Amino acid sequence: MTDTRAPESEATPPPERSPLMDRATGIGTSVARSLLLPTLAVVTALIIGAFIIAFSDIEILRLLFDDPGAAFGQMVAEVSAAYRALFRGSVGSVNALSESLFAATPLILAGLGVALGFRAGLFNIGAQGQMLMGGLAATYVGIYVSLPGIVHIPLTLLAGLAGGMIWGGLAGLLKARTGAHEVITTIMGNFIAVFFMQWILTTPGLQDPGRNNPVSAELAETARLPRLFGADYRVTIGLLIAIAFVFVVHWLLYRSSIGFEFRAVGSNPSAGRYAGMNVAVVVTLAMALAGGLAGMAGANQVMGLEPYKASPALAGAVGFDAITVALLGRSNPIGVLWASLLFGALAAGGREMQGAAQVPIDLVVVLQALIVIFVAAPGMIRTIYRVKGPDEKPTQLTTGWGS
Amino acid sequence: MALVLEGITKRFPGGVLANDDVSLSVAPGEVVALLGENGAGKSTLMNILYGLYSADKGKIVIDGEEMSLGSSADAIAAGIGMVHQHFMLVPVFTVTENVVLGQEPTGFGGMIDRDAARATVMNISERYNLRVDPDALIENISVGVQQRVEIIKVLDREAQFVVFDEPTAVLTPQEVEEFFGIVEGLKADGKGIVFITHKLGEAIRVADRIVVMRGGKVVGEALPAETTQQDLANLMVGRSVDLTVTKATASPGELVLEVRDLVVLDSRNVKAVDGVSFDVHAGEIVGIAGVQGNGQTELIEGITGLRPVMSGSVRLGHTDITDANPRDLHQLGVSHIPEDRQESGLVLDFSVVENMILDSYYEQPFSRGVVMDWGATREMAKDLVKQYDVRTPGIDVPVSTLSGGNQQKVIVAREFAREVELVIAAQPTRGIDVGSIEYIHSQIVAKRDAGAAVLVVSSELDEVRALADRIIVLFHGKVAGEFAPDAEVTDIGLAMLGSAP
Repeated sequence: MTDTRAPESEATPPPERSPLMDRATGIGTSVARSLLLPTLAVVTALIIGAFIIAFSDIEILRLLFDDPGAAFGQMVAEVSAAYRALFRGSVGSVNALSESLFAATPLILAGLGVALGFRAGLFNIGAQGQMLMGGLAATYVGIYVSLPGIVHIPLTLLAGLAGGMIWGGLAGLLKARTGAHEVITTIMGNFIAVFFMQWILTTPGLQDPGRNNPVSAELAETARLPRLFGADYRVTIGLLIAIAFVFVVHWLLYRSSIGFEFRAVGSNPSAGRYAGMNVAVVVTLAMALAGGLAGMAGANQVMGLEPYKASPALAGAVGFDAITVALLGRSNPIGVLWASLLFGALAAGGREMQGAAQVPIDLVVVLQALIVIFVAAPGMIRTIYRVKGPDEKPTQLTTGWGS
Repeated sequence: MALVLEGITKRFPGGVLANDDVSLSVAPGEVVALLGENGAGKSTLMNILYGLYSADKGKIVIDGEEMSLGSSADAIAAGIGMVHQHFMLVPVFTVTENVVLGQEPTGFGGMIDRDAARATVMNISERYNLRVDPDALIENISVGVQQRVEIIKVLDREAQFVVFDEPTAVLTPQEVEEFFGIVEGLKADGKGIVFITHKLGEAIRVADRIVVMRGGKVVGEALPAETTQQDLANLMVGRSVDLTVTKATASPGELVLEVRDLVVLDSRNVKAVDGVSFDVHAGEIVGIAGVQGNGQTELIEGITGLRPVMSGSVRLGHTDITDANPRDLHQLGVSHIPEDRQESGLVLDFSVVENMILDSYYEQPFSRGVVMDWGATREMAKDLVKQYDVRTPGIDVPVSTLSGGNQQKVIVAREFAREVELVIAAQPTRGIDVGSIEYIHSQIVAKRDAGAAVLVVSSELDEVRALADRIIVLFHGKVAGEFAPDAEVTDIGLAMLGSAP
């Protein structure tokens, strides 16, 4: 053959990266760069939040016409009082820190579950139901098994893992076998799980004696998660377990062949099939593991907080916040950790803000929503701050052979 | 009323200079062929003309008036029409509905005036001899007819200048002939035509003037009567290229692949492969020729375990591999270059490294148990990138940022880096630059000379003739003939059209 050098005329503009499913192999990704946009998103959300606080007080608005200067002064005072309270309540004291970490713990685990699903191309809306099923399984083991704490705690957590795995895996199996979309099956799974809990927690043996509503009996002392910094602070060793799982999931996704399959099938199932991967197995396993992580978050909710009882409300809104956290963390385990800590801090700080500055805790929800919007639409942040991002590819309708 | 592009310059973010001071003019009643390799900047230029990109410099002048085309709507209003390579039609709508989509004639109360719409379609169809059934659903008509619908759509919007982007890539030889007839008709009617292509023969055949682009610049212009394919190829690539494949005579050895009475259904459950039998021996290249859509895709998917086999058998040496799964085939020593590199050959979000082990990630040394060994993997990927001349800024960049030719080289490197008994290459050089084509052809021949049995499928007859030691023609899912590579093109062509030789 002749010389094989081709002319350097290969001009493919770099493609735009998906903001939600941005890829991070953990091999040489720039940390600073990946933190820039979320940080700016948080800052922007806080600025908008300040305006909301300032303009939502009817007294100040009335004053605005009579004495704009004084009104402006009051606005500044009110905003700074609110944000000082938010800061104080989230990181301002040991107890505040403990509360933030306490709130973050289940979010980390459930968020990892949703993120793992995303990586495998699965939109797991069912963290809520998987938490309930995991919590239920943990409750059984926590009440009925009698073992020393050193064995009982891991066993109860494992029960939570198993409960969530079964519930998530079921949705995966349905998808793999019948093609039923996981968004539908996991949402329905949430409803089934709630009503199942409402029923089963009223059955004798599980129901708290002497109660009429669906609440379980107390977990054995040996199945409760010990507190990390003494009895005065609510954060438990569940936090350490959750952080450990951040690294486990990271390892699984980027250092194991199972994760390689998850990511390949998640990104391009037909390439996965061509490469000899068993797509049905991958989908089922990924959903099961995602469910298992959420199930452990559910277990944490009965093992880690008073009164150590299960109820249909044990998941709170964690299962849904987990989706937000996974999106905010860009489906990256480390990102999920940071996002969960942020949300935990906002939740803890929001309570202080409500108490001390009389700003409704709903503002925290508004802040969370704004953060997510800005993270999901990075173009807005780039425009505001003129940050050069990954090059965006313009709409191209002519592709193929003709360059 | 002429269309003139003057000094168009376009730099993409990231610094790629896609168009560098490009000028082009088309007069009414003139056919200009825009010839160039992948990445030469042809499509960028046309996307600027069609208002999809904005140029950094330069202007577009129609009939002496400088135009500002900010969107495709502006371009359509200025009388520019584009027939895309991938048709923009709604499959479940009729021909008429697709033509009027977006500018439906309406009657009383905003109801669509179907009769008026139908009359418009009929009118254009007769005037330009574009035979279509206005009431047929798009999904039920052939690709060639779909292209006519696209042309009618453009004419309905009163285009004076029509851009065709690789119009013949999806057509059968007869359809290509008919298409050239249509182009003549448009030309006679005074339309100015830009014909984007990489096929040298077609440019010479249909154009009044040929403009060659390379590296974002216009590098030459030629009149069809005064140029040859070889000259154009050299101009396109920027050096003298070898249009033929150099290879020694094959010395076929023992039987490797034995396909018997294979029947495979397509996704609509129609027999796409209908009783096909053939053999491939070690040390020979068997080429499957045929017009696209005659069962080649299903044949390969059937053999490689991606599509269930209805009946018949496939044997690899002494092993029955009928309906074996892709992993088993991989382990039995089968390499597969899939037909569509972006759809199934690569995970575009994955890095070059990850794509290099896409089908061997579970084997040592890339992983032990479930633990990946990225160190060893990266070493291997670095070597392969060097060895197979993959032009990439690094092994960690997403493979989607590579050009088509380099993406294909990643697949070739992955599939050819190990010792195999059988190589199956489907459309191995589709849509890639001439340099990469030469290289991949040489690699395929090298595999043959190393003793592998090679099965090549291509819808480009020239490619099959250049590579293969034996040619099998598929027509309507059946073997329509077997030829030596030096057989008359017309004989092979006849078999491709289903006429017995």
